[in-house]
Amino acid sequence: MSDIPGDLKFMASHEWVRVEDDGLLRVGISDHAQNLLGDLVYVELPETGDDIIREDACAVVESVKAASDVYAPVSGEIVDVNEALADSPETVNESPYDDGWLFTVRPSDDSELAQLLDAEAYQQSIADDDD
Amino acid sequence: MPIPLSVDRTVPAHTPLFEQHQTQGGRMVDFGGWALPVHYGSQVEEHHAVRREAGLFDVSHMTVVDFEGDRCRDFLSNLLANNVAKIKRPGRALYTCMLTENGGIIDDLIVYGRADGAYRAVVNAATREKDLDWIRARAEGTSVNVIEREDLAMLAVQGPQARDAVHGLLDGADREAVSALDRFWAWDSESLFIARTGYTGEDGYEMLMDASAATRWWEQLLEAGVAPCGLGARDTLRLEAGLSLYGQDIDETTTPAESRLQWTVDLSDNRSFIGRSALEAQLEAGVPRKLVGLVLEGRGVLRQGQSVVGEETAGVVTSGTFSPTLKQSIGLARVPVTTGDQVAVDIRGREVPARVVEPPFVEAADS
Repeated sequence: MSDIPGDLKFMASHEWVRVEDDGLLRVGISDHAQNLLGDLVYVELPETGDDIIREDACAVVESVKAASDVYAPVSGEIVDVNEALADSPETVNESPYDDGWLFTVRPSDDSELAQLLDAEAYQQSIADDDD
Repeated sequence: MPIPLSVDRTVPAHTPLFEQHQTQGGRMVDFGGWALPVHYGSQVEEHHAVRREAGLFDVSHMTVVDFEGDRCRDFLSNLLANNVAKIKRPGRALYTCMLTENGGIIDDLIVYGRADGAYRAVVNAATREKDLDWIRARAEGTSVNVIEREDLAMLAVQGPQARDAVHGLLDGADREAVSALDRFWAWDSESLFIARTGYTGEDGYEMLMDASAATRWWEQLLEAGVAPCGLGARDTLRLEAGLSLYGQDIDETTTPAESRLQWTVDLSDNRSFIGRSALEAQLEAGVPRKLVGLVLEGRGVLRQGQSVVGEETAGVVTSGTFSPTLKQSIGLARVPVTTGDQVAVDIRGREVPARVVEPPFVEAADS
């Protein structure tokens, strides 16, 4: 099992969230998810200014095998998206927790953060999946 | 995000190479009731290995059916849409459809001529049961013996360096005979049935051997530098080569004429075969649909089930993927026969332009 950065929060559906210094949230997919999906070939991101709603699909990652929705971990407004992924979606495979981030969001309700899993609980949830 | 892998709690069957797949780090999934690797780490790298060098696939889930008895030729002449009379000598391979009375495709398969008037067919794994039921029902009351060969394992070695890798592991008469095989011919010896056929668009072999010999072949081929490849790469390779996948691009609701497979239907003489009259009636009345290649021109990935939209163009994508070789999305689609050279595909509500092309999308490497 790969190391999961301890400062991240997760959804059981494999999205991660990092709280930035400016209060924005950076969002990506976990190393476990990219590993299961395999080589990513296309990433469809929301647009800056879009409003997203917690647990609704707001992005799509596609591997050679299939397309998978990415769910919004919180509600809020998209502030920035990782444009570099348009030309190099494989960055998500290579660096899921850093260069492979998907978008940043300004949360509309800070209390939603508390509903996410910490790294340990996420680790446990994927261990349960593998049983 | 839902992960698109089946987590089936029933236990799929193991091929003789199950342990080798696990040792190699294969990500095992259920392929029609068989535990087989979708990849061993990177589907894309495995795909490139076959296009550039050589790759090894365990295709032991494929169903091998032998036909024995002195009336096999007449039997298969009626059962299959291509004409087994084209098999003039043992070893010749013939690609064909097996049709319903309505001209729908029950399966596509390769039939090989063998010594003493016997034949061997390799049919799809997913259609095993209905194929065997259909064939046995037709054989009932005839002198033809239909024998399923569950004792055999099957490997595919594909790529520009595949043949050399196999030749290096053969000796004596086998080596000489196999090296001399032309495309679509097989060498049929005591312990090895090896055909210069495949499902990747590349040169190479498909090999049948006793299940007990499969591990030795597998390990020797890996030692010879052939890369183990999962069935994920097999799918992207066959789609780049423009080859249909049964159950996606063709099925019992489609005829060969609607599937770019009319060339496999032999209407040259008055031979009677199952589905012939329906096919002739369709050709007479006009074929309403066609199977075409699509290259996506906008952003996104073609996937099975997406709608093809446009003026009088209601169609459906039957197979779609991202082509590792071309680095763009390709697919097959069934569309009205009047469709021109440009369409749009509905990808999650966006209409993305696609160019209609004649497959294959990728030509084989020079070997």
